[in-house]
Amino acid sequence: MKTTREKLLSLAFFLIALSTLSALAVITLFIFIEGVPVIGKVGFFNFIFGMKWAPSLGYFGIFPMIVGTVLVTLGAAVIGVPVALACSIFLTEFAPKRVRTLVRPAIQLLAGIPSVVYGFWGLTFIVPLIRTYLGGPGLSILAGSIILAIMILPTIISISEVSLLSLPSLYKQGSLALGATHWQTIHSVLIPAAKSGIMAAIILGIGRAIGETMAVIMVLGNAVAMPGSILDPARTLTTNIGIEMGYASGDHQQALFATGIVLLVIIMILNSAAQYIVRKR
Amino acid sequence: MEHRVSNQKTKQKACRIVKIGLALLLAGLLSACGEKKEAALIVAGSTSVQPFAEALAEHYMVLHQEIEVDVQGGGSSAGVMSAKTNTADIGMSSRSLKEDELSLWHVEIARDGLAVIVNPKNNVTDLTLQQVRDIYSGTISNWSQLGGKDAKIHIIAREEGSGTRSAFESLVMDKQEISPRAIVQDSNGTVRQLVADDPNAIGFVSLGLVDVTVIALKLDGVAATRENVLNKTYNLSRPFIFITGKEPVGETKKFIDFVLSEEGKKILNDEGLVTFDTGGSQ
Amino acid sequence: MKLINAKQSQMIAKTIIWITSIIVVSLLFVIIGYILFKGLPTLSWQFLTESPKSMGREGGILPTIISTLMVTAVAILVATPFGVGTAFYLTEFTRETKVTRIIRFSAESLAAIPSIVYGLFGFIFFVIYLKLGWSVLSGGLTMAVMILPTIIRTSEEAILSVPVKYREVSYSLGGTKWQTIVGAVLPSAFPGITTGIILGIGRCVAETAAVILTAGSALRMPDSLFSPARTMAVHFYILAREGISMERAYGTASLLILIILVINVGANMLVNKFVAKSR
Repeated sequence: MKTTREKLLSLAFFLIALSTLSALAVITLFIFIEGVPVIGKVGFFNFIFGMKWAPSLGYFGIFPMIVGTVLVTLGAAVIGVPVALACSIFLTEFAPKRVRTLVRPAIQLLAGIPSVVYGFWGLTFIVPLIRTYLGGPGLSILAGSIILAIMILPTIISISEVSLLSLPSLYKQGSLALGATHWQTIHSVLIPAAKSGIMAAIILGIGRAIGETMAVIMVLGNAVAMPGSILDPARTLTTNIGIEMGYASGDHQQALFATGIVLLVIIMILNSAAQYIVRKR
Repeated sequence: MEHRVSNQKTKQKACRIVKIGLALLLAGLLSACGEKKEAALIVAGSTSVQPFAEALAEHYMVLHQEIEVDVQGGGSSAGVMSAKTNTADIGMSSRSLKEDELSLWHVEIARDGLAVIVNPKNNVTDLTLQQVRDIYSGTISNWSQLGGKDAKIHIIAREEGSGTRSAFESLVMDKQEISPRAIVQDSNGTVRQLVADDPNAIGFVSLGLVDVTVIALKLDGVAATRENVLNKTYNLSRPFIFITGKEPVGETKKFIDFVLSEEGKKILNDEGLVTFDTGGSQ
Repeated sequence: MKLINAKQSQMIAKTIIWITSIIVVSLLFVIIGYILFKGLPTLSWQFLTESPKSMGREGGILPTIISTLMVTAVAILVATPFGVGTAFYLTEFTRETKVTRIIRFSAESLAAIPSIVYGLFGFIFFVIYLKLGWSVLSGGLTMAVMILPTIIRTSEEAILSVPVKYREVSYSLGGTKWQTIVGAVLPSAFPGITTGIILGIGRCVAETAAVILTAGSALRMPDSLFSPARTMAVHFYILAREGISMERAYGTASLLILIILVINVGANMLVNKFVAKSR
């Protein structure tokens, strides 16, 4: 029994809601329009798997950047995921209420700190430490991984927390009733039960790590060569764009947009995976 | 009933918060309407020229209150591009123009020495041009090959669009490529900072930016000083160039005239650059 | 044979977890504490109200504060209607259909896009294609799209937690859909929606990569929506990188952190009130 007015209202709100879809469409469209031509020019395989990035000489291979992204992100995950899990378990199972009300906002605050501040802090503290005690210039994949790990902690912690908290209390009660210790309950019952939520959290955290730019520019060293170890400087897909966008033109600029396409594709895949996992629950 | 009352209260509080919020936002927007300048000159490009252009702009704005001169970075290539496309009124470059860029109107405002710097803890203080070239191409990779300690050399370079890098490439590298293992930083300041912190680093920066935290290498025995750039014994020097799309007129011309005047030259010399009396312009 | 029994492994696990959590929290204090320690002394009334001299070597940071305010204002003013509207559409007007799933997927995807890609998009679309140039408008509009997902998500949550009873009461009193939304749902969901807006403000203040490519980095007082602007985050980046003035860099960063602290505390307070009300 909808009046015309109500129908109009529905339509108005529908159009407003379409804004998200159109925003996504326009963004994807423009990035692709700008980036695809150069992929055609250079050749898909030469672009993705090319080892040499030297725009002024006409080389547009981004494989070293892909490797850089993978290594830095993997490092961030290796360091960040266990720490984040420990914190979520701490917040949901071990922390007394008073501590919880202090720690939770503290972790949220970590999420709000600008990435340039993280990068600067990393440059001031982490890089010299690596240089002095582990060798190399300090500007390295390791430095990037450490900073990124800190930056993605809040993401993973908050979503894992939500997953753990939403488990039916029956799981915990039942396990304890059967004589398991608190810790046994956590690692044998609760974590596996919250697995999909935690996986989603990790994937979203990794997505965030892949997308980070400013902090990484400041600590990664930005060498175009393929990194040989985690103490070597490197570039990621994001930092490549960040450094060169200011002055790139023509093919060079298009190649940066093409890098953006690669990023978009990777993120979309990750994102869909996370959403799929969450929905499977 | 209770819901109604609490709803009312929330509504009031909400209204108040919204009003304060909107007021703040509007204040932000309106406060901008305060300072209005008649015209704005945009100068963009080389990050090496930038601090000097900024010094010139500040002096100029004191003398001419009605003009605003904005100086932006972006790199020499970006500077040439923005002059060409008229995105900026004046483009700055810290390298000589390439063949396809020579058609743009340009004038050299000063010369800047290019210093190759190392950490004060490094006992290598004097190298030949060939040695610097070999370091940057990757042929020499350990300080011990140059009489220093046994440590890997950490090469630091600027980004590709940088005039400083282009100048270095044409003055030192002589068609050899800079090693892809070189660490890349996007400003003179960061290069200097890195060399100051890392005992095994080597980098190149604008001579005017060398300070006590780093040591400028002697090249082929010649010290990197302003005097040596002036008397042409120190060969690593590059022009600082102002570029405009077409022949400058109006405010642009007035600013460029100021830069080329005695007063402008004095400012640049005080800041560490070298000006020759013939400001060659085309 | 087990080397350690269950009780012992629990002790070990508990200890490791406590230590890890303490380290994480102390990290926060170390990072923020260091910046504030170095930067708070620089924060003075002069610093906040003066314009920079010598490209930031001396003077204050007023233009950057204004720039940040303006870019954030544009972003919020554009994103809020679209975000809240979308949230209302998803909750009040439809069942879960393919369309709503697509819209929700779009919102989630927007949230995942890296900020540098937003910078690329903003640059090619607002700065170049729409010819807005490097401006407050370009920066603000780009940020609007960036914070849209946040506002949608928090608004949706807020709206969904308004008890069905409120709507029923409104309808039974003869209210139309619009009246119900504005009169019954909105006031109740208001704190939650505001939380989203506040989080969006936080994002705008902290963002650098997208802003540099769209609002530019010219250090001047923006005198209109079309002038280039340098926000505080960008200013900090430039000051710190070029080594122009470490004092002022720390000062700018401290101001940024204080603003973010205020934003977080504000958001938390709202969330607590929101949670308390829905009990």
